[in-house]
Amino acid sequence: MDKNHLQRQLEMKRSLLDQGYLDEQFIQLEELEDGDNPNFVEETVTTFYANSARLLQNIEQALGSRPIDFTALDNCMHQFKSSSTSIGATRVKKECTLFMEYCEAANAEGCIRTFRQVKQEHASLKTKLENYFKLARQGGTSAGGHAGRS
Amino acid sequence: MWLKWWEKISENSWKIQHHYFQYIGSKRVAKAWWRKLLIAWVLGWTVVSLWIFCYMRLQVTEKRKETLASMCDERARMLQDQFNVSMNHIQAMSIMISTFHHGKNPSAIDQRTFARYTERTAFERPITSGVAYAVRVLHSEREQFEKQQGWTIKRMDTLEQNPVHEDDYAPEALEPSPIREEYAPVIFAQDTISHVVSLDVLSGKEDRENVLRARSSGKGVLTAPFRLVKTNRLGVILTFAVYKTDLSSNVTPKERIQATDGYLGGVFDIESLVEKLLQQLASKQTILVNVYDTTDHSHPISMYGSNVSDDGLQHVSTLNFGDPIRKHEMHCRFKQKPPWPWLAITTSVGILVIALLVGYIFHATVNRIAKVEDDYHQMMELKKRAEAADVAKSQFLATVSHEIRTPMNGVLGMLDMLMDTVLDVTQQDYVGTAQASGKALVSLINEVLDQAKIQSGRLELEAMRFDLRAILDDVLSLFSGKSQEKGVELAVYISDQVPEMLIGDPGRFRQIITNLMGNSMKFTEKGHIFVTVHLVEEVIGSIDVETESSSKNTLSGFPVADRRRSWEGFKTFSREGSTCPLSLSSSDLINLIVSVEDTGVGIPLEAHSRVFTPFMQVGPSISRTHGGTGIGLSISKCLVGLMSGEIGFVSIPKIGSTFTFTAVFTNGCSNPNEYKSQQIDNKSNPASSEFQGMTALVVDHRPVRAKVSRYHIQRLGAHVEVVSDLNQVLPYISGGKTVTNMILVEQEIWDRDSGISALFTNNLKNFDRGIPPKLFLLANSIGSSRTNAATSSVYTPLIITKPLRTSMLAASLQRAMGVENKGNPRNGELPGLSLCNLLLGRKILIVDDNNVNLKVAAGALKKYGADVVCADSGKKAISLLKPPHQFDACFMDVQMPEMDGFEATRNIRCMEHSINNWIQHGELSVEAYANISNWHVPILAMTADVIQATHEESLKCGMDGYVSKPFEAQQLYREVSRFL
Repeated sequence: MDKNHLQRQLEMKRSLLDQGYLDEQFIQLEELEDGDNPNFVEETVTTFYANSARLLQNIEQALGSRPIDFTALDNCMHQFKSSSTSIGATRVKKECTLFMEYCEAANAEGCIRTFRQVKQEHASLKTKLENYFKLARQGGTSAGGHAGRS
Repeated sequence: MWLKWWEKISENSWKIQHHYFQYIGSKRVAKAWWRKLLIAWVLGWTVVSLWIFCYMRLQVTEKRKETLASMCDERARMLQDQFNVSMNHIQAMSIMISTFHHGKNPSAIDQRTFARYTERTAFERPITSGVAYAVRVLHSEREQFEKQQGWTIKRMDTLEQNPVHEDDYAPEALEPSPIREEYAPVIFAQDTISHVVSLDVLSGKEDRENVLRARSSGKGVLTAPFRLVKTNRLGVILTFAVYKTDLSSNVTPKERIQATDGYLGGVFDIESLVEKLLQQLASKQTILVNVYDTTDHSHPISMYGSNVSDDGLQHVSTLNFGDPIRKHEMHCRFKQKPPWPWLAITTSVGILVIALLVGYIFHATVNRIAKVEDDYHQMMELKKRAEAADVAKSQFLATVSHEIRTPMNGVLGMLDMLMDTVLDVTQQDYVGTAQASGKALVSLINEVLDQAKIQSGRLELEAMRFDLRAILDDVLSLFSGKSQEKGVELAVYISDQVPEMLIGDPGRFRQIITNLMGNSMKFTEKGHIFVTVHLVEEVIGSIDVETESSSKNTLSGFPVADRRRSWEGFKTFSREGSTCPLSLSSSDLINLIVSVEDTGVGIPLEAHSRVFTPFMQVGPSISRTHGGTGIGLSISKCLVGLMSGEIGFVSIPKIGSTFTFTAVFTNGCSNPNEYKSQQIDNKSNPASSEFQGMTALVVDHRPVRAKVSRYHIQRLGAHVEVVSDLNQVLPYISGGKTVTNMILVEQEIWDRDSGISALFTNNLKNFDRGIPPKLFLLANSIGSSRTNAATSSVYTPLIITKPLRTSMLAASLQRAMGVENKGNPRNGELPGLSLCNLLLGRKILIVDDNNVNLKVAAGALKKYGADVVCADSGKKAISLLKPPHQFDACFMDVQMPEMDGFEATRNIRCMEHSINNWIQHGELSVEAYANISNWHVPILAMTADVIQATHEESLKCGMDGYVSKPFEAQQLYREVSRFL
């Protein structure tokens, strides 16, 4: 059973990596997990979502106001991108980069369009990670650690 | 004048040049300016040549006019003279008449006498056609006079109106003169004009006027020109009055009229006069002469000459024939039109042509310059584009290589994971192959990335402390497997004068060495590969000493290419020997010279020139047989260049190649306060103490190889002696004062004569002075030593497999000598482990506004055992880092709201500075600040974008280094090791 779980978890992680949702940074995060710090990855991801919810709200507000303050938008997005990079959320990061480019060009329409993408990626990653952690919890052990080391 | 022009021209051209240079910068301005100048030049010279033409023409005309005037005046004067001569003679005749006709009674002259006299004196008056005398007859005397003469006085005016020809001239047909107050009938006449006898002169209009004027003035008077009665030619009549008495000069005209006796007239044939005159003169043909009576200005009467109206050049000379009332003029003209002024035309045209030519030359020059400039700009543009394209290419390469690395890492990671799963042997094999290929691919990509980085100038060297010997040991161990496999001897020798620690980029240095050695390994099948490291000064100083490395005396006995020739082209050596060492010793710079010598196939002569060209290999077959991309050497060359060194080589086909390069490093031993980190780098140090004071004996007949062995053993701290033969060993041991702890015998000697070897072992076993020295065999390859071990079964010496490396040597010796290994870390230790050692228990502050990043960074550092404190703003960091504090280091995010990392660092540094100052001045006690008088917490920037500008700014504001986010163990270790 345990092995089965592990296998499924590995498969899932690989698909996440293959589809580009995550990158090696996530693996590195998992490597940081050890006995002292058993739920490090999950904690970090939770923090990320708590943090990002606030940031996304800020960005939404900034986009709604007229005229759009692109500097503020850029600052917010930079924060968001920075934390995305930290957990290895590549897809979200890519959209963020695009968003910041639009920001630089002061392209409001592009910003709004990309922001929709950002939110979408953000949400889909959230679902996928939740599933992944659920699987990991079901396995009962911190399988991520093993996977990371291998 | 020419000279002046020339000056002007040269001045102009100088000016032009001057202006040109002034304007060369602004092309457009210069171009417009040039065009204007050219037009001005052409126009100016056209005007000048026109002016010259006019001037010269004017001169010619002037001269012509002068000639005409002088000729004309000459003619006029002569005409006048001749006329005067005739006139004087007529006047003389009038005196004769007054004397002989009126003065004598009866008259001494009659018609015949007069006619004959005049006929014979005609030569005196060459221009008079005839002379006649008319007497004054009053009406009262007419009848008596007519009777006396025998004819009636006839009137003249009818004759004037109907001029008749000489032949049918009949005086009888003329009418008698009508009754008048007085008459003046001609009584004497020269034969040529005898027909005028009896004609009343007063009845002729012209004659009457003439007569009246002559008698009242008492001078010679001229008529207007008229057609002569008989000859029908133009003539004038000169009339002199004959008076009864001699009159004084102041008598009134009335008295003159009263005293008049008669009138003497002479007919002048002007036409023939002028003709004759002109015939006398030369150049008669060149000019045309006209003579006019201009008494009435509005109607001048032509006296001579064709009446051709020509408005060309003419000259007028006045004639004075002695009659004040009558005025005469002579008009002269040239017969021919003035010739074309060829001189003026050619001169001006010539000047114009020259000017145009000069203008054309200027124009052509300007055009040429403009064209060249255009071409130049175009070339520059093209060059820029080409360079841009090159940079773009490099960037593309860099990007692509970088991008390939990421998925490749995924592939390799997955392969790793796959290997951990349950696989059968075949699968294992496949995965292993895949992984090896993947790794090869990644290393290739790394090479390409390096090349691209170098080409786009983005490669930067690090400056960190490293142990050169350790690095070479590392590289050696990398190749040891292969060298043993091939049976190629591998050795490293580093001069004692090279400092223990150097500061530079060990990774890149290692890359160069690895590359050169890899090449040598590829192409060497037998013999040796020998790496030597010296100081440049050493090599310069002892070039003669180095001759020992002659072709015979080499590491393996195979001949080698003379390595001194490989650095012949180096600038460091071509400089004067005296200045070079001075400049080096004055600073902390260490100038290393590294040679890699092999006994391989060598490089064909024709390929020597492109050895360092990227992607160029000796031939296409090379890449087939030996693999590789051919960029290694070019990267090495660039890296050497970055280390301000040079690389060169010498190669003899079939004998071998020697590559030599120099590199400049900083001496790492000069700052003892940073010695802490040396411990980590210098792994061989702990071992050295155990062999301190021991003596080793190396038996080797090759001095070069012995030197290498000695070098390695000496590094362990042992004393080394060298003998060249086994037979010398026993005498040495027994005779020496010190105890010999170990004997290291070169395998070659050992194998040379198994008898001697056996004997030697026996002798050694029976050696009775204290502990017998341990016997070691320095073997080249595992295989060969094994076979030998079987033969010398009596006293099996311990085999140390070459290449000699300090760590390996130490381990072998320790094993044999029983010296306890204290478990010092092995050579290829992971940085993670050292990081653990480094960071264990350290108190580190992490500052980042983003709590996700904070968490991740903290997690990473905690993993290495650090005690992590987090702060989420620059302000918090400042308050936490206010001395005294316990932090060993601080990781600071650069981009934070409110106060960014740079500003926070500046504040912290400022704060530290002031506290340090206070402590120094005793205003604060050192005790209150944990006995630290110089506060300086290492602050490392954390950035996602590791670009040079950020790096520089971070250093500027007082940071000590930077790490990229997310953390990478290697980089983290490198940065942290500098401070902790």
